[in-house]
Amino acid sequence: MSILVNKDTKVIVQGFTGKEGTFHASQCIDYGTQIVGGVTPGKGGQEHLGRPVFNTVEEAVASTGATVSMIFVPPAFVADAVMEAADAGVELAVIITEGAPVRDMMYAKMYATKKGMSTIGPNCPGIITAEECKIGIMPGNIFKKGNVGLISKSGTLTYEASHQVVQEGYGITTAVGIGGDPIIGLSYKQLLPMFEADPETEAIVMIGEIGGDLEIQAAAYIKEHISKPVVAFIAGQTAPKGKRMGHAGAIISGGSGTAAEKMAALEAAGVKVVVSPADIGKAVKEVLTK
Amino acid sequence: MNIHEYQAKEIFRKYNVPVPKGKVAFTVDEAVEAAKELGGKLWVVKAQIHAGGRGLGGGVKLAKSLDEVRHWADEILGMTLVTHQTGPEGKVVHKVYIEEGADIAKEYYLGMLLDRAAEMPVMMASTEGGMEIEKVAAETPEKIVKVTIDPTVGFQGFHGRKLAFGLGLPKEEVGTFIKFASALYKAYMDNDAEMVEINPLIKTGDGKFLALDAKMGFDDNALYRHPDIAEMRDLDEEEPTEMEAKAHGLSYIKLDGNVGCMVNGAGLAMATMDIIKHEGGEPANFLDVGGGANPETVAKGFEIILKDPNVKAIFVNIFGGIVRCDRVANGILEATKITDVNVPVIVRLDGTNAAEAAEILKNANIENIIAAENLADGARKAVAAAKGEL
Repeated sequence: MSILVNKDTKVIVQGFTGKEGTFHASQCIDYGTQIVGGVTPGKGGQEHLGRPVFNTVEEAVASTGATVSMIFVPPAFVADAVMEAADAGVELAVIITEGAPVRDMMYAKMYATKKGMSTIGPNCPGIITAEECKIGIMPGNIFKKGNVGLISKSGTLTYEASHQVVQEGYGITTAVGIGGDPIIGLSYKQLLPMFEADPETEAIVMIGEIGGDLEIQAAAYIKEHISKPVVAFIAGQTAPKGKRMGHAGAIISGGSGTAAEKMAALEAAGVKVVVSPADIGKAVKEVLTK
Repeated sequence: MNIHEYQAKEIFRKYNVPVPKGKVAFTVDEAVEAAKELGGKLWVVKAQIHAGGRGLGGGVKLAKSLDEVRHWADEILGMTLVTHQTGPEGKVVHKVYIEEGADIAKEYYLGMLLDRAAEMPVMMASTEGGMEIEKVAAETPEKIVKVTIDPTVGFQGFHGRKLAFGLGLPKEEVGTFIKFASALYKAYMDNDAEMVEINPLIKTGDGKFLALDAKMGFDDNALYRHPDIAEMRDLDEEEPTEMEAKAHGLSYIKLDGNVGCMVNGAGLAMATMDIIKHEGGEPANFLDVGGGANPETVAKGFEIILKDPNVKAIFVNIFGGIVRCDRVANGILEATKITDVNVPVIVRLDGTNAAEAAEILKNANIENIIAAENLADGARKAVAAAKGEL
């Protein structure tokens, strides 16, 4: 089992024939993901990576039955691409693109929600169900199958966490990189119940960072609704106030959104919070052998 | 990206957000000329730097004559202004804004930013004008009135009424206030602003609202569609090393410690700072060389880190994924040939082909390149090296 995506998930790629889209789509195909086609306006009718190319998402969905779209279009066109996917009845859009304007994402997410489409990202590594389906830019070989669910705002820290979990002898059910922008799609609060309901997931790792209050919302949710053990690490404990730490959303503004307040809230909700990023794997082992 | 008060007020004027008359000046003579042109008998000479608390730091002065304008402009231009937002080193003032004096009957606060939980802009108003809004929020949150505004419908009358009545304005002033707030909303949305703050917003003796101060920040990702705003960037206000890093696709922020950090990915870069601290050291910087970590970016990373004379050791923490560790290891060796690295470099490479990478570093046999076994080991070694204990 897993959440959101598995070996049967049919995926199209928006921005299929571009450099990034091509490279990562072929990596996903190698991993075993069912990439069933792609969209590049003006290139409809062609074939790329042995898959059909369509001019519109609507045609792609009608012809392939895809339910998920992986989006690689440049930042200025992301909102348009997301809305097109939502309009075409796509169920989940995984937005990899970095650098989309906040205002665009605000409108795109509102429209997606209205159309019943979920989004992951933008500016994220994507989602992977270990050894079944990789929709994103993560190195697939790091994610061995197992019983730990992973939710993370950061790309390389996701790989780090998965690697540590695997080194301790465990593995991953599904890992979701939710991205670190000010407005993102699915977040801890929506993903935690999915892992709670997944019979294979026995523990959940959540990686957060400074900025915003999604981790605080997650803490409140965990306290009320999550029975499985949760391990958390919050990056940016040493980050200065008012400085944007790489991710557009990673900023302590007006003294709020600090790592300390998030760690305290999670701890109060019964989460095993690690101070050192090197201790994530060990903490997973601890909660699973308790 | 942030802009100066005088620039924010230019934008306000364009959107009919009322502001006092004023002109920017780069020299003392220009300042006096500006005051003459503005006319009147009372002027305010205001230092233009990207930081709040200018008044308390001595950067805002009232002048009752042209001689006084000259005096204060001379005093302020070129001064190093230290406020609670500049840090102890302060900021040099390169320009002043000369503004007509205003008749202040009452001071308010009005601001906008993104409410990340609601995923919509929020407008906030308070009767505690002139105070720092964070302080008001912490101490007397009941004195802040907030409205989240759904951008698909935009600023409506009820938003304005909620704020106006929340501020306790008499009914004859509500209309004027709503007009003001609605214009501000448009200035914020049209320009992809990230924040706008008017503190204080004043009510004059004759019942008009005026933005006495103005602060605006913009979404960097949206600047491509606002060339007029992108042009307002003041390089004097930016950290030169941070700008240089950015030009090479790196994200760098200088900190006060002595352990340099080079990492791929923003989250892991923050986590690396955290573990340095956890192991008893102090990070010298945040540096994200990007997911790929190729030889050129790594070389540039070394160069940028070593500009900081405090750096006594560098911790390279790379998680190799699609870009394999062996390639990154070769890249690091190549980078040390391009840039002269004269401090110990602790290298932790993990992920795809980590064993091969360790072999490459070992065989290279370079004295100041020390391989680490894992994240914790790397951090410990880097902290020890910075203390001269390795």
